[in-house]
Amino acid sequence: MAGLELLSDQGYRLDGRKANELRKVQARMGVFAQADGSAYIEQGNTKALAVVYGPHEMRGSRSRTLYDRAAINCQYSMATFSTAERKRRPHGDKKSTEMSLHLKQTFEAAILTQLYPRSQIDIFVKILQSDGGNYSVCVNAATLAVIDAGIPMRDYVCACTVGFVDETPLADLCYTEENGGVSSLAMALLPRGGQIALLQMDARLHQDHLESMMEAAMTACKGVSKVLDEVVRQHLEEASALSRD
Amino acid sequence: MLKSKTFVKKTRSGGVVKIVREHYLRDDIWCGSEVCSECKPETTELQKNAYIESNLCAYPHYLIPDTNVVLHQIDVLEDPIIRNVIILQTVLQEVRHRSAPIYKRVKDMLHEKEKHFYTFTNEHHRETFIEREPGESANDRNDRAIRVAAKWYSEHLKAFKSSSDGLEVVLLTNDQGNKQKAADIGLVVFKCEEYIKSLIANPELVDRLALTDNEKNEISKKVLFPEHLPLSKVQAGIKAGTFLQGTYRASRDNYLEGSVFVQKDGEESTEVLIQGLANLNRAVHQDVVAVQILARDKWVAPSSVVLQDEGAAKDDAGDEEDEDKALKTTFAETAKKPTARIVGIIKRSWRPFCGMLNVSQIKESTRHLFTPADRRIPRIRIETRQSSTLAGQRIMVAIDGWPKDSRYPNGHFVRSLGGAGEKETEQEVLLLEHDVPHQAFSQTVLSFLPKMPWVITPEESASSSYWAVVVDEGKREDLRQLIVCSVDPPGCTDIDDALHCRELDNGNLEVGVHIADVSHFIRPGNALDQEAANRGTTVYLCGKRIDMVPELLSSNLCSLRSNVERLAFSCIWEMNHNAEIVKTRFTKSIINSKASLTYAEAQMRIDDSTMNDDITISLRGLNKLAKILKRQRIQNGALTLSSLEVRFHIDSETHDPIDLQTKELMETNSMVEEFMLLANISVAQKIYDEFPECALLRKHPAPPPSNYDILIKAAKSKNVEIHTDSAKALADSLDVARVDNFPYFNTLLRILATRCMMQAVYFCSGMDSDFHHYGLASPIYTHFTSPIRRYSDIIVHRLLAVAIGADATYSDLMDKHKQSALCNNLNYRHKMAQYAQRASVAFHTQLFFKSRGVLNEEGFVLFVRKNAIIVLIPKFGLEGTVFFDSKDKAGPKLIYDEEGPVLTVEQHTFHIFDKVKVTISLDASNIQHQKIRMALLDPVIPGVSVPAENPEPPSKKSKIDR
Repeated sequence: MAGLELLSDQGYRLDGRKANELRKVQARMGVFAQADGSAYIEQGNTKALAVVYGPHEMRGSRSRTLYDRAAINCQYSMATFSTAERKRRPHGDKKSTEMSLHLKQTFEAAILTQLYPRSQIDIFVKILQSDGGNYSVCVNAATLAVIDAGIPMRDYVCACTVGFVDETPLADLCYTEENGGVSSLAMALLPRGGQIALLQMDARLHQDHLESMMEAAMTACKGVSKVLDEVVRQHLEEASALSRD
Repeated sequence: MLKSKTFVKKTRSGGVVKIVREHYLRDDIWCGSEVCSECKPETTELQKNAYIESNLCAYPHYLIPDTNVVLHQIDVLEDPIIRNVIILQTVLQEVRHRSAPIYKRVKDMLHEKEKHFYTFTNEHHRETFIEREPGESANDRNDRAIRVAAKWYSEHLKAFKSSSDGLEVVLLTNDQGNKQKAADIGLVVFKCEEYIKSLIANPELVDRLALTDNEKNEISKKVLFPEHLPLSKVQAGIKAGTFLQGTYRASRDNYLEGSVFVQKDGEESTEVLIQGLANLNRAVHQDVVAVQILARDKWVAPSSVVLQDEGAAKDDAGDEEDEDKALKTTFAETAKKPTARIVGIIKRSWRPFCGMLNVSQIKESTRHLFTPADRRIPRIRIETRQSSTLAGQRIMVAIDGWPKDSRYPNGHFVRSLGGAGEKETEQEVLLLEHDVPHQAFSQTVLSFLPKMPWVITPEESASSSYWAVVVDEGKREDLRQLIVCSVDPPGCTDIDDALHCRELDNGNLEVGVHIADVSHFIRPGNALDQEAANRGTTVYLCGKRIDMVPELLSSNLCSLRSNVERLAFSCIWEMNHNAEIVKTRFTKSIINSKASLTYAEAQMRIDDSTMNDDITISLRGLNKLAKILKRQRIQNGALTLSSLEVRFHIDSETHDPIDLQTKELMETNSMVEEFMLLANISVAQKIYDEFPECALLRKHPAPPPSNYDILIKAAKSKNVEIHTDSAKALADSLDVARVDNFPYFNTLLRILATRCMMQAVYFCSGMDSDFHHYGLASPIYTHFTSPIRRYSDIIVHRLLAVAIGADATYSDLMDKHKQSALCNNLNYRHKMAQYAQRASVAFHTQLFFKSRGVLNEEGFVLFVRKNAIIVLIPKFGLEGTVFFDSKDKAGPKLIYDEEGPVLTVEQHTFHIFDKVKVTISLDASNIQHQKIRMALLDPVIPGVSVPAENPEPPSKKSKIDR
């Protein structure tokens, strides 16, 4: 059988998007009252929940305390029901440990940690449904949760994956595209300054194409940031309207 | 702008998995028509005045074919008269799943500007997307989607009625139910046949219609063939071992017989015999079939009779028993072979076949039989009204199906190639029959050519010509000042190698082989590259060249012509005067060839002691080294084999061959060859060292000892001993093999030895462990020196460029499985190119003898067969068979002795190498298979040899011909 045609001659992808179009993003902040900050995000069929605790004093081993800034603790996990096949996913497997580490690095770059020396910030992210771009969706969810918790950041951290097919970069890959033999790149960006918080790619790509991929990733991240900004503003309006009453 | 809609899909991959995919519906998909003012696309494909003259619709209209129409009537759609067609995405996707070759043809049409084909992405359009209803099959859903899209179009275009002269959309479908439903919702809908028949301009288009509904074509209800088993049963049978899978090969000589090569896991492939019409069960040559072995008592021996399916169309019933009777000969019990019958067809390999029409005896009949040029393909029944025009022409016909109650497969006329016997036509036929891709390069391919005028400007250094700057950035060496020259056959325009030689300060010699840098222009993965990879090689026919890459590259930008700057890939050695290599280096470069010489010119310069210019000195240096290299090579056991190659002198006006000459070899030929071999070996070593897993190499396996039997026997008859233990032994014994008073003996032996050899093949080093090149006696070998005409060389160039850091790699280059698939294609193309070349030579030989009339020539017996001898005429490099038995009259007494091998005809005994005299003439009795006929003149055997009449003087004959 012929493989999937990821990009048609007319410029449409499998799900009907054009190459540079993102999936539909929907998000809500403050979904849990108990946590300091929380957010839920849907990016197409990928759905994630992020919860933030802190900043609070160090728990567990005190040895991890940093004297000049806050320590960030990230935990990534996937729900058993998040993929097509139901599967138990034990804590601390290789994939989620790596993902936790990536998230930690991303947020260490974005959060103004030096304001909270000797304290700790916990970020927990769970994928409820997975349909490609897990890392970027987690970053976006965590950003909203951190904002909800009122922790100061340099800027939003917005992430997006970009793939490369037929000399064209495709923004925001879905699961079928990710599995269709596309070399994909994930980028987390601080959009206002254009600083890159994290860039990850583990596929082969010709050097000549890297620039156009980066370009496309930046545009996509900025697109995400616009949506997130709207969500935050709307949330604030609702919250202030409530408190006025 | 985005409307999200999710749908649920279940697929089976091991188990049942639920797949959820997003499906966005859009409102920015345009209709693509010039008429419409609502949509805002950048370009419109569909014309405003879309007239195709037709009885049925007098108004301008767009066509919407459904999937089955596209699949079955692609030949019709490809006609230039059919324009303004809307291909729906639903249709395109279905076609893609069903047939890859047709999908490619549709895509090519979509790209063609003149055709005005437009793809409408109806599945993502907000108003034309439909969901599958419960209980609705996928096919029904797609049919409905097509109807909805057609409806949308007709409504949409109605809005612009004023500006469009009543433009309509016309749905073409062959499905009765679909047609009815479409008519119910008010669409204009026709059956494909109806519509095509109504076209006024092109009546012959009707012949291209494929026969889809078999009920029309029935002649008798009697079932001739057993039913084919469904694929599921066949697969189950193969798994269980009751059936075997293999490729069917029809016999060339007997249309009622064929064999299937069965490949079982880890076993040698075995051959199974199939005999009789019913057992053959509608298999066509090269189909992949499932067979069932018959019970042992039904096994038969291959019959030795020659049977051709001739005469008028046989009625479907009755005859076959008579036909099969012809096979029933008595045979020894031991000769029986495993016999089987075909139970199912796994994969058809039908392609359009070339051949000629046998016009039916009934004058008004529209149904005719078509005889393919390839004898292994059965005759095909086609329907045409232009039989009178098509008779005597070479035509192409495609098979549509073979119902079980029909003696012949049904097909349809595709196109005419021209009159039989005409040179253009015959060339086309032999290209098609040898599967040589020879169409003009498509626009997509040409778009990857560099823009002209292309120059390397003098002030820009090596690193910065427009194209060079993109890829190479200073990785190119400037060798323009070197005295480089090329030596090629006369009239060669694709020069891919040039040489230089100069003395260095330390007394050593620097020798450079400069090869056209084709990989610089053909970048991996683009359409140009894919086309070249598919073609695999340039095919040289007599008087015509089928290029692998477009002419701009092959004859201009890549061709290392004299006095222009060209990009090259250079292999430079430092050698001492004993031709020992001190240092080897590879680099991309710019060269400026100082002269393009022919072999003869170069030879003259070397021999003329008064010439002492730089080029000549360089040539002498090369020649001297080449001689040493050749000596070393032969000492190592390289074989010098011989095959006669002929060259035609072609009349410049009529392009008919006027003379025939065997190719001459000069010292300079071997000079160029030596350095090419050396370059190939050096490069092979380098890329293998660098990429042990994925180097593309060429090997020549040693032949099995039994191959040499005929050579040893033949030599023994002249009391000469040939040793075949190793290449070296063979080469040595060939060298000393001489017979007094028979100077041609040695050449004949070498010709025989060539026939014993195996085919050299490309392979990927990661997939094989035996690299040895037997003929060249080299442990490793590849092709590097002719990238203009061989794709293998382009890959080798890329590998080498990566190895020296001059270019970037890409994933397919490093994938040994992909690479080995590529090798298979290259090997296939090379083989086919060779066959096509031989066929072309044979055809020109026929033309030559046609103009010459009857000739008497001397020749040598090359082989002795049971009922014939094969004679080689050295003057023409021509081989022919002299038969001693004939169909109509009783033959002479023949006694064949396999040990000799000798053949005794009446009193005279023929040995290999006997000198005979034959008369040569053209046998044109079968216009489709014209051949050279030879008859014996001397020795005179009563009843066998023909009287030696004086042939007509050739000059007179040719005058009459003009």
